[in-house]
Amino acid sequence: MATVKTTLNRRSFLKASALAGGGMMLQFNWLTGCAPATRNRMPDEWFDLNGFVKIGENGMVTVMAPNPEIGQNVKTSMPMIVADELDVDWSRVVVEQAPLNTDIFTRQLAGGSQSIRQGWQGLRTAGAAARRMLREAAARAWQVPVEEVTTSSGVLRHPGSRRSADYGEMATAAAQIPVPEEVELKDIDDFTIIGTPRTNVDALKIVTGQPLFGLDYRREGMLIAMIAHPPAFGMKLKSVDDTEARAMPGIRDVFTIETFQEDYTKHMFDAAAFTELVVVVGNTTWEVMSAKKALTLEWEPMAGYTDTFAHYITGATSTQEMPAGLENSSTHYARMAEVGARSAAVARRDGNPEAAFARAAQVIERTYTAPFLAHNTLEPMNFFAHVTADSAELVGPTQTPEHMEKSVAARLGLPLESVDIQMTRMGGGFGRRLYGHFLVEAAAISQRLNAPVKLIYTREDDMTFGIYRPTYHATYRAAFDDDKNLIAFHVRAGGIPESPLFADRFPAGAVDNYLAEEWSIASNIPTGAFRAPRSNFIAGAEQAFLDEVAEVMEQDPIAFRLELLERARTNPVGDGNDYDAARYAGVLELVRDRSGWGTEESPGVHRGIAAYFCHNSYVAHVVDIVMDDGSPVIQNVHCAVDCGIVVNPLAATNLAEGGTVDGIGQAMFSEVTFRDGAPEQSNFDTYRLIRHREAPKAIAVHFVQNDIDPTGLGEPSFPPAVGALANALYRATGRRLYEQPFAPQLEALVDQGTG
Amino acid sequence: MARFHLTINSQNVEVDVDPTTPILWVLRDHLNLVGTKYGCGVGQCGACTIHLNGVAVRSCSLPVSAVADQPVTTIEGLSSDGTHPVQEAWLRHDVPQCGYCQAGQIMNAAALLAQNASPSDEEIDTAMSGNICRCGTYTRIHAAIKTAASNG
Repeated sequence: MATVKTTLNRRSFLKASALAGGGMMLQFNWLTGCAPATRNRMPDEWFDLNGFVKIGENGMVTVMAPNPEIGQNVKTSMPMIVADELDVDWSRVVVEQAPLNTDIFTRQLAGGSQSIRQGWQGLRTAGAAARRMLREAAARAWQVPVEEVTTSSGVLRHPGSRRSADYGEMATAAAQIPVPEEVELKDIDDFTIIGTPRTNVDALKIVTGQPLFGLDYRREGMLIAMIAHPPAFGMKLKSVDDTEARAMPGIRDVFTIETFQEDYTKHMFDAAAFTELVVVVGNTTWEVMSAKKALTLEWEPMAGYTDTFAHYITGATSTQEMPAGLENSSTHYARMAEVGARSAAVARRDGNPEAAFARAAQVIERTYTAPFLAHNTLEPMNFFAHVTADSAELVGPTQTPEHMEKSVAARLGLPLESVDIQMTRMGGGFGRRLYGHFLVEAAAISQRLNAPVKLIYTREDDMTFGIYRPTYHATYRAAFDDDKNLIAFHVRAGGIPESPLFADRFPAGAVDNYLAEEWSIASNIPTGAFRAPRSNFIAGAEQAFLDEVAEVMEQDPIAFRLELLERARTNPVGDGNDYDAARYAGVLELVRDRSGWGTEESPGVHRGIAAYFCHNSYVAHVVDIVMDDGSPVIQNVHCAVDCGIVVNPLAATNLAEGGTVDGIGQAMFSEVTFRDGAPEQSNFDTYRLIRHREAPKAIAVHFVQNDIDPTGLGEPSFPPAVGALANALYRATGRRLYEQPFAPQLEALVDQGTG
Repeated sequence: MARFHLTINSQNVEVDVDPTTPILWVLRDHLNLVGTKYGCGVGQCGACTIHLNGVAVRSCSLPVSAVADQPVTTIEGLSSDGTHPVQEAWLRHDVPQCGYCQAGQIMNAAALLAQNASPSDEEIDTAMSGNICRCGTYTRIHAAIKTAASNG
């Protein structure tokens, strides 16, 4: 049983007295709790205990979900952690989405696969502290030592005197107990909720179409606003003719806004290429959509500029060049090939790679590329804002409420305390909703109108606004001696506008002579974090290349990797290798064993393997492809995951499947291309996403069982899926694919009759 | 603007809207039925799927003038309490991640099963490929449809 402190950063994050009767619950007039399936009677009075828990006099427990929900199901798993330490039946738990409250909660942010990893200790401590306070209350009431008071599923007991009481009976008294400075956490073996499968707390609401998402939010008297932005990057607004639009039914106003004040220094989540927008405001969505089409807008090229950002934690400033010009994809790829052929900045060098390549008996070199991608959350960008002279109330889908609160306050000229943000459920995040320009826009529009307004982006507005996954280019080289031993490894990776390289990741540390270089090319195409940033490309390239290395060496791809990992584990090259070789080997061994790799010969089934470490977790995939009339069909995927303790195996399996499908889908089908600065894709008729018939027919997820504190799962299952797919496609078609998306090349193979 | 008498989830309602207004926006903005979602507006993602005379249609692309008084069923009207076999199968398989596409997936699946009580894998693939799930829950959707078919 571990003992932990209840303070964080010299601040107690459990304040029972301050919270009793007040705080986060009061703002919930729309976001109601999720009633459990048993639909127990809601208590008449709630008794606050601390920031995470409320206990009613009938023993019903409300647990707050502090982090925004993007589909990674923290709304279920975070309360599970609290309930387990609190020692209460899950059937008694009601879950509510917490509003933004930085006095009570840490890190209310969805991104980087960190919610459970960073919340684990705090959530456990909150539950344990509440349980301790209930025991103290019972001890005082019964005049017995607190050590003799036990709990079991929401009931307090003093075995010696045969007394017992439900948590609800002691809740009022417990609220008066000072929060203990130290509490004891359960042994992992004693968990009764953590590690068990629990259905999504919002599942019933989702399947019955209850209002949950930002786009569903409604306020009496609210207006609808939509924006128009330039059709191409490198352009700005020249003129607006709104005569026809203004005259259309239901239209209230047409104007332009600037998203940011001139003297404002942005932080990274303020990224937005188009900051001068035309706004149409009206009564209903269709009326505004129709009026938008009636606008006559002129655009003109804009000058290059330097974007300055302040780090969102340290405040240190950095700059990014945004050059003038209207860019084209053909130029992007040509420039990347040109720059990629030259020496670049060395990020890591072990041994003497130049000499090793010079003396090598054989060298192979391969180049991989991938396009810009649009996040395309299925719910487009939107936000509700109601701004008055001295307050701002915002409601909607955001991954970064804490950071956007500052941006909104600055834009409105209001103090931070006057801005209130409530998080709705999000119809997908994937990193796009980290960048909350649309909160600032909604707030600015509401302030201008002096009315509540909901801002909605159409799919076209959204897909062509930018903040894309960058385009990347990586060249790998491997050197072999006469006996086909691997003697040197070289990666030179770059992209527009950033490099995807992680110089200290595998196989660094496993090869004596190792060189990693990186480069980047500035662009005015705006980019941002996309599920598993950089890893989402480099993993696939690296893992496909390792397959070719293994082929030269005439080794099984898994055995080859395990041998390198053994070297990294027992006799690593260099310092600071960014992975645990034993855990990395562990997922390869698990996927090998569960998929029957190498032992089962199924005719017509072509297998590809890949493994990767990112966002603190290890994942390995085996992808099985069969050919159907010359077209590859993904029949099965085995996915082995080491993310430490699995809080909710039902949700974790779903999420691992989802990352697998996403990785495969993006690599197969998706891309944004540019002509004269304009995205050539603006809706799903031209931007292809993986669909039901193209998804793997079956996915089996296997978790490594260990006692390591939980690490992330939102992103880690995406990157290796790309590599396993590429390797399986090679076995199935005899062709190596080096340029994503793969589908056009595969379809060409079928057309040629050579697939 | 014109007056339309609609039959939504067995209820008669009257709205005063432009005849070109897609039934999606009549439902969401005028009738406060927000279960039917907007994802693309061009009939490519399926999030807006409703039943018109029991047939699955994309409400973003169907003007209210074309609907007239034909019976419309939305996700809110599929059952009174989430007990339609498709909804129950969705809960049993814990299908949703973000959940935004699921109303459209469920409506499309329900219409499929109403026409074809025992669809093959290929028939499910074909019927469901107009519904995008950005979170990738396709294997669970597929399994849930098979469960609903067997529990019909």
